[in-house]
Amino acid sequence: MTTSTSTSTSTSTSAGPDELLWVPVCPLDALAREAGVPALVRGEAVAVFRTHDDQVHALSNIDPVTGASVLSRGIIGTRGDEVFVASPLHKEHYALRDGRCLDDPTLRVAAYDTRVVDGEVQVGGRRPECPQ
Amino acid sequence: MTSTTPRPRLVVVGHGMVGHRLVQAAVERGLSATHDIVVVGEEPRPAYDRVALTSYFAASGPEELSLLPSGSYDDPAVELLLGTEVTALDRADRTVALSDGRVLGYDQLVLATGAAPFVPPVPGRDLDGCFVYRTIEDLDAIRAAAGPATAGVVVGGGLLGLEAANALVQLGLETHVVEMAPRLMPVQLDEAAGATLVRHVEGLGVQVHTGVATESVSGADRVDGLVLAGGARVEAQVVVFSAGIRPRDALARAAGLEVAERGGVLVDEQCRSSDERIWAVGECAAPGGRMYGLVAPGYDMAEVVVDALLGGAGRFVGADMSTKLKLLGVDVASFGDAFATTEGALELVFSDAVAGLYKKLVVSDDGRRLLGGILVGDASAYGVLRPMVASGIDLPDNPEELILPPGRGGAATGVASLPPEAQVCSCNNVTKADLLERLDQAHPGPDGAEHHCEDVAALKACTGAGSTCGSCVGTVKALVEDHFAAQGREVSRALCEHFALSRAELFDVVAIHGYRSFDEVVAAHGTGRGCDVCKPTVASVLASLVNEHVLGEQRAVLQDTNDAFLANIQRNGSYSVVPRIPGGEITPDKLIVIGEVARDHGLYTKITGGQRIDLFGARVEELPVIWRRLVDAGFESGHAYGKSLRTVKSCVGSTWCRFGVQDSVQMAIDLELRYRGLRSPHKLKGGVSGCARECAEARSKDFGVIATEKGWNLYVGGNGGATPAHARLLAGDLDDETLVRYLDRYLMYYVRTADRLQRTAPWLDSLEGGLDRLREVVVDDVLGLGSELEAAMARHVATYVDEWSAVLDDPDKLARFVSFVNAPETPDPAVSFGTVREQIVPNGPVDLGATIPVGAPA
Repeated sequence: MTTSTSTSTSTSTSAGPDELLWVPVCPLDALAREAGVPALVRGEAVAVFRTHDDQVHALSNIDPVTGASVLSRGIIGTRGDEVFVASPLHKEHYALRDGRCLDDPTLRVAAYDTRVVDGEVQVGGRRPECPQ
Repeated sequence: MTSTTPRPRLVVVGHGMVGHRLVQAAVERGLSATHDIVVVGEEPRPAYDRVALTSYFAASGPEELSLLPSGSYDDPAVELLLGTEVTALDRADRTVALSDGRVLGYDQLVLATGAAPFVPPVPGRDLDGCFVYRTIEDLDAIRAAAGPATAGVVVGGGLLGLEAANALVQLGLETHVVEMAPRLMPVQLDEAAGATLVRHVEGLGVQVHTGVATESVSGADRVDGLVLAGGARVEAQVVVFSAGIRPRDALARAAGLEVAERGGVLVDEQCRSSDERIWAVGECAAPGGRMYGLVAPGYDMAEVVVDALLGGAGRFVGADMSTKLKLLGVDVASFGDAFATTEGALELVFSDAVAGLYKKLVVSDDGRRLLGGILVGDASAYGVLRPMVASGIDLPDNPEELILPPGRGGAATGVASLPPEAQVCSCNNVTKADLLERLDQAHPGPDGAEHHCEDVAALKACTGAGSTCGSCVGTVKALVEDHFAAQGREVSRALCEHFALSRAELFDVVAIHGYRSFDEVVAAHGTGRGCDVCKPTVASVLASLVNEHVLGEQRAVLQDTNDAFLANIQRNGSYSVVPRIPGGEITPDKLIVIGEVARDHGLYTKITGGQRIDLFGARVEELPVIWRRLVDAGFESGHAYGKSLRTVKSCVGSTWCRFGVQDSVQMAIDLELRYRGLRSPHKLKGGVSGCARECAEARSKDFGVIATEKGWNLYVGGNGGATPAHARLLAGDLDDETLVRYLDRYLMYYVRTADRLQRTAPWLDSLEGGLDRLREVVVDDVLGLGSELEAAMARHVATYVDEWSAVLDDPDKLARFVSFVNAPETPDPAVSFGTVREQIVPNGPVDLGATIPVGAPA
């Protein structure tokens, strides 16, 4: 898996084993800048975000502190260079890049691969947790 | 445990609180490893919390007060004999005789026999119906006698007497207190404090007779009353004597031990009596000739004796006789030199007879040191003041600020005057010194690197202060600001890392430049892309100034989830829906519609404290359907989600109420419709009462309006919540038009100048000059802002549009109300409900130890 979390240039649609993982979510145009939407990906609730510079990220929609399916409804912001979503329930901040909690190193949400193909946002497999 | 060589035996006479403490200390500190310990208690049960005796009535049984719930010590070297008296002490043989006939040898003997209630020698004191107040058996007997009785009288108005009076009140008796001294609690309180306490106690229905002696108890075979000196009578079927205590030193006297002039076994600083193998602790002892009638000194004595038996050098050198307690629900505290007996001592007194407050500070003749004090009605300053006496630190320049209520010249937080050991956060036991240390020195953070705490958030994270109930966050914040100001560092009022401006400054910047979007504001005055602090703040400022739809253009992404979905998010991610019901007035037809909507969508319904109906458990995709029906029935958004006007509560007013002097319902509706949708630094609530009876509880609101014969009184700056505040009178006897004008100015001034999430009460306190300053601005218009503030409010009123109607008419805005963007028909499986009391409740998810912030976030 790459460390890049998104690409707006990939046009590869050749079918490999990994290709089967990609789930189309919505047109990029349907996703407002600095906003999130909830998507159903292989039966799981996934929050898909678009940043101010049109990067697309995906995290599990489940807030790990409360267990509620709400992260897509959080406010997007920046801390230094890190882009985060603030949980709408108790305001913990999670990095969009990899799901790390910026306030509490013991918390993390799952992150997913994303890409944009022909103007369509797709969510891929759940990424393994990268070392701190 | 037996051994071939007999171990020395320690005998403890008495198993009260102090005797128990002594045994505990002996076990904990290892004395029982070398000694066998025998404790002899005459009561039928092990030691219990006598201080909390009155709570026995509310307890499920004696066990609840027990200090030894298991009934025995879990050290085999300790033997506890209950229901057994020591009848004689033979110092020559080193034995004690027990009531069961046994004779017990000792190597060391500790007397912990406590004290007995003093019953004054008045005729009739032995009649049935006369009691003392000392043991659980006494309480059982009083309770039995109270059953058929209607009235009771307590002889003695000291600490214990008032406790006993409280017990009689709880038993439902008409209660009297008779005190020979001219005031209540004569040992702890001065005359004025005693008088204040009398008013509180009488307010609770207890009749107080001070400065009068008891002549006799009357009755044939049972008590029927008390005759006072001068012949007055108090009818009562129960009499409780609580006129002081006397040390129980009979055993010691009979054995020839030295006793103090006023009773009590005379002991030295190690609590050793005139016989080197005999010790005395607690109320039966008189270290240096003085007897201490509080449990804390007794505990100290117990520790000293165990220390001495272990060869230690601990000494008992007197005790702090400070007391703080809640008597009949009234805060009372007395500490240090409360009676100003120190030479040259000066007194500072604050007294408010109406509020029932009396506060006195005793300071040294140079005004530098606090020597003692008395607090009645509000003892919250005790935690700050008592350590100041103990530590002898210098008083601040204006010591009266320590006792003046905030807003009357008193420091709202008074952090500068707090001694280092003062507890700031009582939930997590964090002192001022702990906080300052964190500000001064670097500490390893969770990542292992060294960190300086530079702000409230960091302090909260590393000390826990303010992270539990949140009520001390204001104090922590003031402490941080004070600390950095003292270092000459400018205290940052920056909103967050993206804006160096405060909210008020940001408001001015946006107003002056006429910005319409977050992008414009952050590009010109900020850095980065914003966060969950500055985005909603800018959105709120834009809404106050421009009043366009909160979900318009790029504004939706700035809003907290409640504003973004125009509903209140609940713990499981579902939302609650609150339609506006202005003034709480609603037609039956509309009531039925709410019921039908709730029934059809399976929502939980609850009447709120603000006279609204709250519908819980709506999934995000259901919100538009629910609101379609509500809007069609004539409802509009109640703004329960926004930092905006929530409700204006009212009583029924003069149309129905026989006491009402004005039409409070009409006024509440008018005000709610006028200010609906007004975005503000924090949520706003109002109330209108139709007469001085104040049934709308208007003075607990940000603005309260109370009808008078001549018009309306306007109160401002009240709120409930974690730090409640009573609203204060801004102007009186106003006509309708003036009332609205002043309210327009007040609300707009607050909206423009308050900090983020600062409610009106702390905002008012933070204004230099407080309420008087606000009156100058709003009533006297000294800043010449009046017409501008009114115009701003007029613009708000003219541009109001119901937010939900606008959403329902706009497919773009509706598009956000889906469960999943790629499966809008599939409900989120993470949201599910169970049933409690015939209504739905969230099924999990469960909070995993999350701390829910209350009060003003840092």
